[in-house]
Amino acid sequence: MIRSMSLLLVFCLAAIAAPASAVDIKQVVSPGGVKAWLVEEPSIPLIALSYEFEAGAATDPDGKEGLAYLVSGLLNEGAGDLDSLAFQKRLEERAIHMGFDAGRDQFSGSLKTLSEERDEAFRLLGLALSQPRFDEDAIERVREQVLSIQRRESDRPRTVASRAWMAHAFEGHPYARNTKGTAESVAAITRDDLVAYAGTHLTRDRLIVGVVGDITPEELAPLLDVAFGSLPDTSPAVAIAETAISDVNPVEVIDRAVPQSVAIFGLPGIRRDDPDWFAALVMNQILGQGGFSSRLMEEVRRKRGLTYGVYTYLLPMQHAGIILGSVATVNARMGESKSVIEMVVNQMATEGVTEKELMDAKTYLTGSYALNFDSSDAIAGQLVGIQRYDLGIDYIDARNSLVEAITLDDVNRVAARLLSTDALFWVIVGQPEGLEETALDMTPEAVAP
Amino acid sequence: MSAAAAQAVPSSLFNAQEFTLDNGLKLVVVEDRRAPIVTHMAWYKVGAIDEFAGKTGLAHFLEHLMFKGTEAIPAGEFSKTISRNGGRDNAFTSWDFTAYYQLVAADRLELVMTMEADRMGGLVIAEDEVAAERDVVIEERRTRVENSPAALFREQVRAAQYLAHPYRLPIIGWMHDIEGLTRDDALAFYRTYYAPNNAVVVVVGDVDAAQVLALAEQTYGQLEPKEIPERIIAAEPPQKAPRELVMHDPRVSQPNWSRSYLAPSYLWGASEHAMPLQVLNDILGGSTTSRLYQTLVVDLGIAVDLGSWYWPSGVGPGSLGVGITPAEGKIDALPEAVDAVLADIMANGITEEELNRSKRSLTAAAVYARDSGEGLANLFGRTLIVGRTIEDIESWPERVAAVTVEDVIAAARHVFHPEQSVTGILLPEPQAAEAAQGAAE
Repeated sequence: MIRSMSLLLVFCLAAIAAPASAVDIKQVVSPGGVKAWLVEEPSIPLIALSYEFEAGAATDPDGKEGLAYLVSGLLNEGAGDLDSLAFQKRLEERAIHMGFDAGRDQFSGSLKTLSEERDEAFRLLGLALSQPRFDEDAIERVREQVLSIQRRESDRPRTVASRAWMAHAFEGHPYARNTKGTAESVAAITRDDLVAYAGTHLTRDRLIVGVVGDITPEELAPLLDVAFGSLPDTSPAVAIAETAISDVNPVEVIDRAVPQSVAIFGLPGIRRDDPDWFAALVMNQILGQGGFSSRLMEEVRRKRGLTYGVYTYLLPMQHAGIILGSVATVNARMGESKSVIEMVVNQMATEGVTEKELMDAKTYLTGSYALNFDSSDAIAGQLVGIQRYDLGIDYIDARNSLVEAITLDDVNRVAARLLSTDALFWVIVGQPEGLEETALDMTPEAVAP
Repeated sequence: MSAAAAQAVPSSLFNAQEFTLDNGLKLVVVEDRRAPIVTHMAWYKVGAIDEFAGKTGLAHFLEHLMFKGTEAIPAGEFSKTISRNGGRDNAFTSWDFTAYYQLVAADRLELVMTMEADRMGGLVIAEDEVAAERDVVIEERRTRVENSPAALFREQVRAAQYLAHPYRLPIIGWMHDIEGLTRDDALAFYRTYYAPNNAVVVVVGDVDAAQVLALAEQTYGQLEPKEIPERIIAAEPPQKAPRELVMHDPRVSQPNWSRSYLAPSYLWGASEHAMPLQVLNDILGGSTTSRLYQTLVVDLGIAVDLGSWYWPSGVGPGSLGVGITPAEGKIDALPEAVDAVLADIMANGITEEELNRSKRSLTAAAVYARDSGEGLANLFGRTLIVGRTIEDIESWPERVAAVTVEDVIAAARHVFHPEQSVTGILLPEPQAAEAAQGAAE
């Protein structure tokens, strides 16, 4: 049995079949001109819809931070002639799931329905998007909920560290702000602000739609108009500046009486449209994204037992790209974790990666691509992501060859370009010991929540 | 094929097929051809409730050490091999079970079954791997529990909810117990419980059931069964006194209030109430249309948000409860208001409209469940490993449909007794709370 397995392991290094060849995308255009990408999947009687508007929390006016997020909490709190309770009951009676969210660059939503309820589901979505009621009692209720979420998050070292990282790194830019706002800014938001946001930013020119499930293009087309057809065609341009990480102290410590320090570390990265995107993806896979296989997990977790998890990931925002990482270690050994991470980053920057690491990362990235298509929601999300970055309707078939094309030189070049311990910026929440730098103490109050 | 492979009658909902190998291993296969991928899970009927005094966290520690190698796969290479083959893998431990899973391209199923069978029988733990991994688990406990007052408090509440049953113990273990776990502890536990006849393997995805059975024969089928000791679990005594726990922690800025009740599960106590309790949970606090939300949040304004839960799926006693974010300064008004809502349901029942709304969403959940291979593998594994059956899953729509208003009232009356409840109140330090109050005024 053991002998047969080593044979099998060798056998399995052969190339993996093209992944998502089962995904056949059709572009559907409604009579009213609303465009969507559709993957038909008739085997289960449900439909999953994912969509977004290119206008997120970064567009929140100064002093009204949290506006987009508050809108996202209120769109299913009553629309048209249905007040909050009536609207919610209608969704439950039909087992329709409708959700909204606001990120930095996008306002997004999802809809999931049984096929038999699709007409009502799309109708209710249309109501929510184009005729939200914003009743005063619902506004106050959801406002209080947002404030309580802010308080809960301010109790979480990890969230505190992430917020402070963005606040320092992007000082002066909308990315520095909490998408959920502050207690003061959320208190300052009026009903007029909410109405203005929905009327201004939820427009058809900024809309991207992905649909998966038990529905044909002919059936979907008119329903797109029901959901999105009454939205305004265009919105005024919002100018958000391109940005990069500002000069900051290399380490900020936020004192909290917790036994384990939680660190967020990061450095300038690249945007999705950068020609080096796939080289960076492969590099980061080897550095810190590859689960138990990454260099950071090997050095920080497996060899030294310093943490339960250490990760890095590429964050390609609309107007800046960054590489972010996280680690959590008992206070007394935080300095050691930091030193090991810096050693790993430095080593990759100066010495690059090995041919074997490159091959392993590529087989993972190509082989695992299909795993991103394991449910209707997930596929709908992929359809939106591909459109967001304008990657083309044939991207799913082309994507793995783009990974395959990456060479050792590509990865080493991008590692040298991006990775540098001088550029690393750390925010550590806790009472860390053993940091080489003299830490500048900051009280929690001094940091944007 | 030597297996006495009894095939279950495929039903219309999930079309799950069940086989039992000669060595006692149970195999469940759900064919789902939508994408060329497969979820493979190995479930063991051993978890935190099988640990012994002073060794809490042992089942979970062993789960970590299961990645430390066999003769064929060196320490750390298990996940790397999966990853090199384009797959993802991980594991988790609960009170009743421990489970390992891989998501891979369908043509990699043979590899993962071979590797999982290999470590079912041939785990080797090098002594020099153990100390660092114990540190990893200690850091995991700090991440999940010690750094979070809410998680620390949940641990205390749980220990108060169950007086004797080992559900009172944290799966990850108490810190002082984790510090004392050894390689010998883990190996003894492994040798006792990890065997084909104590396992359920679930495969969901782009596969052919007959081929999966053949692969299972070829891999898991080669392992010898073991005599598994009978589970000896402390029985829960009658609960006689309502408990109220108050914890102050300076790290808390958002107070929280919870109430939980000991409740039947599908396998413990008056299990006929379990299905109606799922409906009751929806009606009580499952959404914004629920009784508690409409009363406490909308009408009275004494809560900001809330949610209820019911845990029916363990081998032992379940629990049903509600967690509430109080409105500022209103936490003292919550007990009376919650009690009034519960009393009203017990006295006056629920409406047909409420019943039907819940039943509709519970029925639809079965359709939505079919959409995720990983979710399905989880559902089948979780159900079968505790001794329930495929029929229990497949009959879900009929069981939901059969629930009546009277069933829900009877279930509520069975559960809502103060003496089997725990009220948990999580607050900032008293002086911090007063300071905050002062600042607000």
